[in-house]
Amino acid sequence: METDWIYGLAGGGLIGLAGALFLLVNGRIMGASGIVGGLVDGSAGSQSAERMWFILGLFLVPGGIALWMGDAQTHLTDNLWAIGAAGVLVGVGTRLANGCTSGHGVCGISRLSLRGIVATVFYIGAGGLSVIMFKHILGVV
Amino acid sequence: MRAVFAFLSGGLFGAGLLISGMTDTRKVQGWLDIFGAWDPTLAFVMGGAIIPMAIAWRITVGRTPALGGIFPPAPEPKIGSKLVVGSVLFGMGWGLVGLCPGPSIASLSYGGLGGIVFLATMIFGMMVAPPVRAKLDAIATQA
Repeated sequence: METDWIYGLAGGGLIGLAGALFLLVNGRIMGASGIVGGLVDGSAGSQSAERMWFILGLFLVPGGIALWMGDAQTHLTDNLWAIGAAGVLVGVGTRLANGCTSGHGVCGISRLSLRGIVATVFYIGAGGLSVIMFKHILGVV
Repeated sequence: MRAVFAFLSGGLFGAGLLISGMTDTRKVQGWLDIFGAWDPTLAFVMGGAIIPMAIAWRITVGRTPALGGIFPPAPEPKIGSKLVVGSVLFGMGWGLVGLCPGPSIASLSYGGLGGIVFLATMIFGMMVAPPVRAKLDAIATQA
């Protein structure tokens, strides 16, 4: 749609504001994989409660908007094997790299972190190759 | 207070992910599909997010967080194998189905069975990551 970029920019702005708020008020980096991963492997320690509240907001607010608007869709493939493989890859990969799209991409690039920039180049490059391979060549998704 | 602002940040983040189209896997895959019908929306999402965040980083200089503590110091600019291998694995998974960690939680309520399977397997991946990390560290020290 022609107006998609406006939603992209507005939604992106909200993502940036969320990151700014979490940084300036709580003093934390808004990285989704780190926030979840630290709870999963127990490294979150005393930050656990704060992280649970963040995740609760992240789950409830878009859920509420989707309920209100009524047309939210993920258009996710119905190939559960592909979904499972992707989930494991994303889980292992983001924890090894210590960040994902929000941590490295948004929070890292905005402070001109070399690690954030390098990570983003690699995950977007691999993502592009993955789409070519699994969608166009193998046709599994 | 920490809980309130953590909830607010998470909520704003989730609203932004939904509105921007980041929880729509078709848009994400469309953006990664450089050789197909390329969809530029995500470039606007990244740009829109990085601008307020860059301003926030400027504000941190010489200050402390509103609720106390210190701002996270910049990591050492070290590009190790974990960063590269991890990002490549993550990108492969992201491209395969179009979900990354934030949107997988934001879309959980409307993502159906697939969304639940993704989140469960992602958490499993996060649980098995520490031994893989140790292995890569062992290789790095040998080299």
